[in-house]
Amino acid sequence: MWFYLARRLLLAVAIVMLAVTLLFVMIHAVPGDPAAVILGPRATPEQIAQIHEKMGLDDPLPLQIVNFFVDVTRGDMGTDVFTQRPVSQIVLGQMPYTITLILSAITWATLVGIPLGCYSAIRRNSLIDKFVGVISVSAIAIPSFVMAIYALLIFAVWLGWLPAIGAGGDGFWDTLSHLILPAFAVGVGWVGYIARIVRASMLEVLGETHIRMARAFGLPERRIVFRYALTLAILPTVTVLGVGMAHLLSAAVFAEVVFARPGLGALIVHAVDTRNYPIVMGTVLVTTALFVISTTVADLINAALDPRVREGL
Amino acid sequence: MPPPDTTHGDTPAKNATHGDAGAFAQHWRQLCRNPLGLFGLALVVLIVLSAVFADFIVPFDATQVMAGPRLAPPSWDHLMGTDQLGRDVFSRVIMGGQVALLVALSSLAAALSAGLILGLIAGFGPQWLDNGLLLLLDSIRAFPVIIFALAVITLLGPSLATVILVVVITTIPVYARVVRTQTQALSNNEYILAERAMGAGTGRILGVHILPNVIGPLLILASMDVPLIIALEAGLSFLGMGVRPPTPSWGTLLNDGYNYIHNSPWPVIAGGVPIILTTLGFTFLGEALRDIFDPKLRRDL
Repeated sequence: MWFYLARRLLLAVAIVMLAVTLLFVMIHAVPGDPAAVILGPRATPEQIAQIHEKMGLDDPLPLQIVNFFVDVTRGDMGTDVFTQRPVSQIVLGQMPYTITLILSAITWATLVGIPLGCYSAIRRNSLIDKFVGVISVSAIAIPSFVMAIYALLIFAVWLGWLPAIGAGGDGFWDTLSHLILPAFAVGVGWVGYIARIVRASMLEVLGETHIRMARAFGLPERRIVFRYALTLAILPTVTVLGVGMAHLLSAAVFAEVVFARPGLGALIVHAVDTRNYPIVMGTVLVTTALFVISTTVADLINAALDPRVREGL
Repeated sequence: MPPPDTTHGDTPAKNATHGDAGAFAQHWRQLCRNPLGLFGLALVVLIVLSAVFADFIVPFDATQVMAGPRLAPPSWDHLMGTDQLGRDVFSRVIMGGQVALLVALSSLAAALSAGLILGLIAGFGPQWLDNGLLLLLDSIRAFPVIIFALAVITLLGPSLATVILVVVITTIPVYARVVRTQTQALSNNEYILAERAMGAGTGRILGVHILPNVIGPLLILASMDVPLIIALEAGLSFLGMGVRPPTPSWGTLLNDGYNYIHNSPWPVIAGGVPIILTTLGFTFLGEALRDIFDPKLRRDL
């Protein structure tokens, strides 16, 4: 286990470092001066020289990369061009909104998806199973931003049940009512996804000998399904959730834009619009780190639960 | 036209993956037994036809600003109403389909070829190259797609070409990995070892024996990526960072409609429904094809 842990963590660090380097290379691969890119077309030569000085653009390239790494590990991601506030402060300030959205989406998706998948597996090939199958595939296929817009149209504009924009903040119920529609849009594809995975792994587990044994012993079906089958069958969802962090983040970007919610997605979209380069970089770094951390944690949990994974790497 | 040149060793491999007329009829019967797959096929055919013949279908120029009413509901003149500038939404939806398929097909072609080459190199080349490529591919996949797309767009500016570039870069790792795994699994087979013992070069082994076996699963994967790519193009265009106006795209239609969602629901409905139908059509068809050709290829499980 320790060997696996070390290798997996090393891989995670390597991936983050490579991602940071890629990001760095990308900025320098753009034709033109990064300082001019940051400042935009109206920059004066003095401003450009100032940025050069501040960002160390006149240093040799290897030194720049090293400096970049040192700054990033210290949590220094530069300053916002417009407000002069530290980028890390701005990005971290938006993070709780996105995390709340993602966690609530995944929570409701899991709570609905697991029972659906479980039921489909028990009643295999029944009408309900087939219906759940079609709905699951459709929910996965339809892009989350289309879901978000239609949810907005139906529940906020037509029915007027829920607020259309913002994150609320005026007490618990206000915050919750602002969270429902975005969380629905981000999570609905995951209901289908989780249902499918649980169904498939449930079918696999139900065919195994220990389940047959339990049946032969005459244990009640309820006990067999919940105690002996489902506890094993939900394991694959852990890994998928880790990898799914990327999809969740992407979906959150759209949900935040459609519902005009604050968050990392809204932040980066606005920054791209205004070509606010330090903010874009900072957000990319933080989201990438979030993603790598979540896949690593999921892999480690999986390895802790399943010895085969540990030996596989 | 003369029959295709059948070089030795090529035919059996082709037969194994693509099949002859009899196998095709069998696959077709299998597809006919799958109502969802047939439904998907019908949708795909409809969408492809409407994109190919778009210029003959559209009643108006999709970019022409008309003097008539703005944000009008559907009528016989304007089947899907008009947008905030008075443009005919139906024409814009049809032309948008052309853009969506163009992005999907061109980026898939580029990503498939690049992924194929990188995967073959990783799978057949020396170990250090394999490790290096894997690390590079994994770090590209470490970026959430939209975030990566936004970073690239900041650098290169929003355009159709940028969208295609983003799709290509983010899909290459998936294909390269599949090809690599397949190549590694195949290259230890006895018939390949025998071929090598008889003095066959790397080029012949890769081209004649490995490539035909790798391409089948790869094409199925690619067909299942079409909805993802269309969703990405529409999503970026919705954010105003994909296709530039006045070129119609389903994403820009949605964005226009979103801005006027309190005035009229029709533009939003007209922009979203084609996206839903296209993604559903390709997904249903892709799943049916996968079940027919390669039930083991279940990437999502």
